Amino acid sequence: MKRRNKSTSILLEVIAWVSGLLMLLPMYIMFVNSFKGRAEIFTDTFGLPKSFSFEYYAAAMDKMNFLSAFKNSLLVSVISIGLIIIFSAMTSWMLVRMKNKLSNGILLLFVGTMLIPFQSVMIPLMQYLNKWDIPSLNFSMINTHYGLIFMYIGFGLSMSVFLYHGFIKGVPIALEEAAMIEGCNTWQTFWKVVFPMLTPITMTVGILNLLWIWNDYLLPSLTLTSPALRTIPLSTFFFFGEFTIQWNLAMAGLVVSIIPVIIFYLFAQKYIIKGVMAGAVK
Amino acid sequence: MKKSVKRNLIAAAFIVPSLFIFINVVIIPFVMGIVYSFTDWDGFKFAGSNFVGFGNYVRVFQDSDFLTSFGLTFKYAVCMIILVNVIGLSLAMLVTSKIKSRNLLRSIYFLPNLIGGLILGFIWKFVFTKFFVQVGEVMGNSSIFFNWLDDPTASFWALVFVGTWQMAGYVMIIYIAAIQGVSDEVLEAADMDGAGGWMRFRKIMFPLIMPAFTISLFLTLSNAFKQYDTNISLTNGGPYGTTELVAMNIFKTAFSMNQYALAQSKAIIFFLVILVVTVTQVVISKKREVEQ
Repeated sequence: MKRRNKSTSILLEVIAWVSGLLMLLPMYIMFVNSFKGRAEIFTDTFGLPKSFSFEYYAAAMDKMNFLSAFKNSLLVSVISIGLIIIFSAMTSWMLVRMKNKLSNGILLLFVGTMLIPFQSVMIPLMQYLNKWDIPSLNFSMINTHYGLIFMYIGFGLSMSVFLYHGFIKGVPIALEEAAMIEGCNTWQTFWKVVFPMLTPITMTVGILNLLWIWNDYLLPSLTLTSPALRTIPLSTFFFFGEFTIQWNLAMAGLVVSIIPVIIFYLFAQKYIIKGVMAGAVK
Repeated sequence: MKKSVKRNLIAAAFIVPSLFIFINVVIIPFVMGIVYSFTDWDGFKFAGSNFVGFGNYVRVFQDSDFLTSFGLTFKYAVCMIILVNVIGLSLAMLVTSKIKSRNLLRSIYFLPNLIGGLILGFIWKFVFTKFFVQVGEVMGNSSIFFNWLDDPTASFWALVFVGTWQMAGYVMIIYIAAIQGVSDEVLEAADMDGAGGWMRFRKIMFPLIMPAFTISLFLTLSNAFKQYDTNISLTNGGPYGTTELVAMNIFKTAFSMNQYALAQSKAIIFFLVILVVTVTQVVISKKREVEQ
């Protein structure tokens, strides 16, 4: 790298910034137009707005029922990811330590089905889980958050087990044996000794699943029919369909639905990028 | 004897809950799907449906819309593979070179990835229909700046464009990890032997980051095939159904046309194609990793 002369490095700098600004251009356009009146959008979509009033934001948040959608997204994502982590960590650890034909078979079942696209199971899945309805108990897997979470766990397990399994293979067994000798049972050994050692891969599993579940439109669009249960992508979809003629309102709605992600990214970007790197290397 | 029973029970407690959920969400529906694809199931009660052999599969291959979708999806996947990886790798080279503010730029390049394909598609819909048209008016040149979504060919490229814009940052991260793994000593040795920039890239860097290619190509390929979100939000298959990718075609067959058994056969074919294409790609890429 030291052979590079000054003019090339200035050129690289310029290229890098131009690409960066091009990446941000659509975001900028979305942002400025969320403040503009109809006539202003008609004549100028690029310049800064004449005034910054939040009237479209208030209207958009109200029309897309944003607070409820945000709450739903948060609830579904956090619980799904928490349970995916718990289930896949426990299962992967046991599979690594068992090391027999059965455990290999189970691992193959989890990992070998990773290539099945959602479209190949969605139709029978809806039909099948519909049969689990127990009307007398008000229990249903369709159109409920717990049903959706159940499905997220099912779809998230493959990749998570794959990642945990790969990581745990490299974790030394000595500490676990010491803990057992000290009188810990299997449960305690796992949670007190093993699980803390898995933190790096737990971060990766959590982040990769978060990027997927938070932004997922497919599964909620099939299972959730009540407007009150909608997650952010789903409510954005219905909102946008209704207000494409009112672009300012639509843009304000999009800005609002992106804000949680941006805030999260500002705080956790180091972990997100690390998580993606670690997930890809496996 | 008793001890081993206890041990098995403990092992089961760690594995059975995951296995239960996984089997019910993925395995059983997958098997059901294979069975359904050979019947005339109408989406309601399965009992009473008739076995029709390969009838649905024959119909799938007579369905010209589906075949067109498949062709388009292949084309989309090829364009995505090339553009996403060329741009992703270039960005990775940029932010691993000694430029200032490389960390900030890296974060910016990755940003579109955090936003789901659905919302990205909506943002770009505005950019194409309003911003592009206005730029075209100002510049008086409408060969690039016009509403891409009104034109079948340009709509397809709009999908590729937005897909690339979203995914390039993701594969960039993968390439960064690989490039950072190449030790400075190797590069310095190449420098001393008089290898120039391009030579150094082709002979030293390229082989060493080959594993990253395997992963990036795999991810781009499988994501491109499964593209759905951006498809509905950006073009919604239009204009006149010219940009309908396979995933969307399957959705419409099932949920708009209520041809469930036919849609399921398409979904099974879809799975087999993804399986064959991605496995072939990984095998080929892996081979190249070993050779070098």
